[in-house]
Amino acid sequence: MSVTAPVDERTEDESAAIARQRHSEGKKAERRLGLMLVAPAAILMVAVTAYPIGYALWLSFFRADLRTPDDNEFVGLDNYITVLSSDIWWKAFGFTLLLTVVSVVFELILGMALAIVMHRTIVGRGLVRTSALVPYAIVTVVAAFSWRFAWSQGIGWLAGDSAPLTGQWSSFWIIVLAEVWKTIPFMALLLMAGLALVPEDLLKAASIDGASAWQRFWKVTVPLIKPSILVAVLFRTLDAFRVFDNIYVLTSGANETSSVSIVAYNNLMRGLNLGIGSTMSVLIFLAIAIIAFIFIKLFGAAAPGSDEGRR
Amino acid sequence: MSTTTETTKTKSIWWVVNAIVLLYAFIPVVWIISLSLKPDATLNDGSFLPTKVTSEHYEAIFANDSFTRALINSIGICLIATFIALIVGTMAAYAVARLDFPGKSLVVGVSLMIAMFPQIALVTPLFKILTGIGLFDTWLGLIIPYITFALPLAIYTLSAFFREIPWELEKAAKMDGATPYQAFRKVIAPLAMPGVFTTAILVFITCWNDFLFALSLTSSERSRTVPAALSYFTGATTFEKPTQTVAAAAVVITIPIVIFVLFFQRRIVAGLTSGAVKG
Repeated sequence: MSVTAPVDERTEDESAAIARQRHSEGKKAERRLGLMLVAPAAILMVAVTAYPIGYALWLSFFRADLRTPDDNEFVGLDNYITVLSSDIWWKAFGFTLLLTVVSVVFELILGMALAIVMHRTIVGRGLVRTSALVPYAIVTVVAAFSWRFAWSQGIGWLAGDSAPLTGQWSSFWIIVLAEVWKTIPFMALLLMAGLALVPEDLLKAASIDGASAWQRFWKVTVPLIKPSILVAVLFRTLDAFRVFDNIYVLTSGANETSSVSIVAYNNLMRGLNLGIGSTMSVLIFLAIAIIAFIFIKLFGAAAPGSDEGRR
Repeated sequence: MSTTTETTKTKSIWWVVNAIVLLYAFIPVVWIISLSLKPDATLNDGSFLPTKVTSEHYEAIFANDSFTRALINSIGICLIATFIALIVGTMAAYAVARLDFPGKSLVVGVSLMIAMFPQIALVTPLFKILTGIGLFDTWLGLIIPYITFALPLAIYTLSAFFREIPWELEKAAKMDGATPYQAFRKVIAPLAMPGVFTTAILVFITCWNDFLFALSLTSSERSRTVPAALSYFTGATTFEKPTQTVAAAAVVITIPIVIFVLFFQRRIVAGLTSGAVKG
């Protein structure tokens, strides 16, 4: 539909030199317009992010502590050695990784269930689809406060006499709950878009051939919607690894519940240690890039938006 | 068994399933509303629904300026950021979806990288830059980063919409003598309005939700937005426990967005799923 190339070829085949010249002038105008239209967005994105990204990288090689501003000096890879040999970093890293894996697994299972309900329900479809969007739209911080109070000793309806937010593991599961609750709809919507593409006839045929609902799901639906599953999981994994808001409100990283983003934030904004904080930021970026790379290589997931350039 | 009882049975099963979804979606919302209505005396009763109801916490948050101020900041900053991101994003998305020009994949790649980049990594440098040029703790100091991080989302969603627009109309306009710019402004732009509107909703929700930048790039009521203000809430007076006040403030900023979502549900679904997966 939006493939331009064949149209262009046809024009060239059929037309004489004049037409070709007019065509190439049109091409030139198109290029100029394309560049003009894209320039503001590109300039803005580069202006706001290029310098900060470069600066963060640069800072990560310096001792830069706002408490001792006159003591800045180039320290090479010292910051990286400090961070990578620090217990706090690796504990946060392990915690984040575990949190990411556990939340994404739950989100995928429950998101799939919700997607199927939204797709299949024969009653109140509009109602279900609408209310399922509520968790997505609620401000994360608000939802986090709702969970925090619900699990606060004395106040909360879920806590009773216990204080689960003071223990590492109980906190972990509450953070998972908050993350999963908030992002199931996002997952479900991406999966539902995939479900809509599964041909009804195929499912009917499988059903006539005696496949159970379970078999139809695993043998017909899942293979067909694999691209949507991969995109949804990739998006969510990258997001989950950067978790900040929920932890900040629920535990502030107490009792060893810090994510890497929380640790970096504490170094940057609380400790004012820009060198170490920037080093952590760079390491988080590397970790995310590696996760994305592994996904794309291992599962052949289309990078989000990669079909954009091709089509 | 007759078919009518069969369908009644299936229907009631679906109603049960639907009820579970509704419970899932609304329990935390009902809980925070309930909390915001509890008088101090019953705060510690641990019950899900309030036994007594009071509106004092709502009066309290509007009694002093700081919450109203944060609300104004949030609305103003998010509206301006959404508006600019849409104009710039629409132009770029049109070019990405429709035109052939050098560096297209570079633009897509860069916006993808920005979307994936850990924002925490940019907070310090942005903080230093904004302090340096005197924009720290101002509206503009938040609007600029918001636009930047909304752009990848806007470009991605919009270009998916733009691909659905019939090409032929634009060609017809060009044949009638319209320049490419006129074809863009007079033919494609009106057709694209639904997609633009959908993207506006998504971008607005993203800005409204932001916590990290709001927390790190502001330092006072001048520009602090609601999510950040919530975390600084200490109650109307220092002697008051902030729990219900935070809850009341949370409800106030949630209700508009929930109504918004309920109203534009179809468009939001279309926006989130557009172009995400196509065979």
